[in-house]
Amino acid sequence: MTVLNVNEKAYEIDASKDMPLLWALRDLLGLTGTKFGCGVAQCGACTVHLDGEAVRSCVTKIERAVGKRITTIEGLSPDSDHPLQKAWIEFDVPQCGYCQSGQIMSAAVLLRENPTPTDQDIDDAMAGNICRCGTYLRIRAAIHQAAKMQREGKKS
Amino acid sequence: MSNLFKKIASKKSGARIALAIIAISIFTASVGREVYFTKVSVVPKKDSVASVKAFMQVYEVLTHPRCMNCHPAGDIPLQGEDSHLHAMLPKRGVDGKGVYAMKCSNCHQPTNSPGLHTPPGNPNWHLPPADMKMIFQGKSPRELAKQLLDPATNSHKTHEQLIEHVSFDKLVVGGWSPGEGRELPPGTHKEFVAKFKTWIETGAYVPSADAKAPIKKNR
Repeated sequence: MTVLNVNEKAYEIDASKDMPLLWALRDLLGLTGTKFGCGVAQCGACTVHLDGEAVRSCVTKIERAVGKRITTIEGLSPDSDHPLQKAWIEFDVPQCGYCQSGQIMSAAVLLRENPTPTDQDIDDAMAGNICRCGTYLRIRAAIHQAAKMQREGKKS
Repeated sequence: MSNLFKKIASKKSGARIALAIIAISIFTASVGREVYFTKVSVVPKKDSVASVKAFMQVYEVLTHPRCMNCHPAGDIPLQGEDSHLHAMLPKRGVDGKGVYAMKCSNCHQPTNSPGLHTPPGNPNWHLPPADMKMIFQGKSPRELAKQLLDPATNSHKTHEQLIEHVSFDKLVVGGWSPGEGRELPPGTHKEFVAKFKTWIETGAYVPSADAKAPIKKNR
């Protein structure tokens, strides 16, 4: 049996150590917010946090995740009130929505490391997350808005 | 010295023992000296022709995509046998390990991912850091040799540390197990290390400005 720490809960699963983390999250734990896109770390739809870093769970084996903190879109905030989630709603960012949980997980790392990102910083951080609907401009605007909300939240 | 021995030998038996000890000491010292000189004699002599010839073979390896793709002229790594810019345009970052959500190890796992066109793996995947870029791309043999030999541009390495690096660094060695569908550098890793050592040990000569990179086939 393997124990995974996902969204601050310990889950015991019976799976091969080389199973992709994405399969364990979706098929064994039922956390389907994280999506399967390309399966080869090219699109970013499967992005989750592993000890705070935005890994591509489709190519990350379970054995790499053992003993580390895994955070999925379901665990990003207790009540879906992360500044990014609020801004995403405010700017009506998603179109089909398939890539959006990966987009938000990547953006969350950006905002943690750089509370005042420029357009270039956003492009540098988000270049690995593809959106076939082309919502990139709304994503960029929402990240700026979330950064602002994060800064104001910290002031109050 | 021989007069001293005669004086000591003419005294009592205790003195004879002392003489024996001195004699053994002299014998041991001379043997030690002999071993020392033997060791020096096996160090290769300086040989500019052999040194440059070895470096040109090292150069072929260093400018092969498996090595050069992570030693780009810009701040974006290269990819593929034609060394095009890496898809998604990940950036070097300060420490060479990427930026924000685009850190190398977010996709590059500790081992190669299975299948074609999947990320190759290594426990410490990275580019050289921003303050020591160690660019291979676009360098002539002379430029690259000079860069490798200068501690100010080779990450402060001595000749011995350079040999250690090419012999054991996991990313260097990983160039010869690059994952499915990727071309290997010319020769084996063992041959590469041997040529590198020959280059250094025969004098670490830098090729002339006329030395040209060999024409590469099928790229």
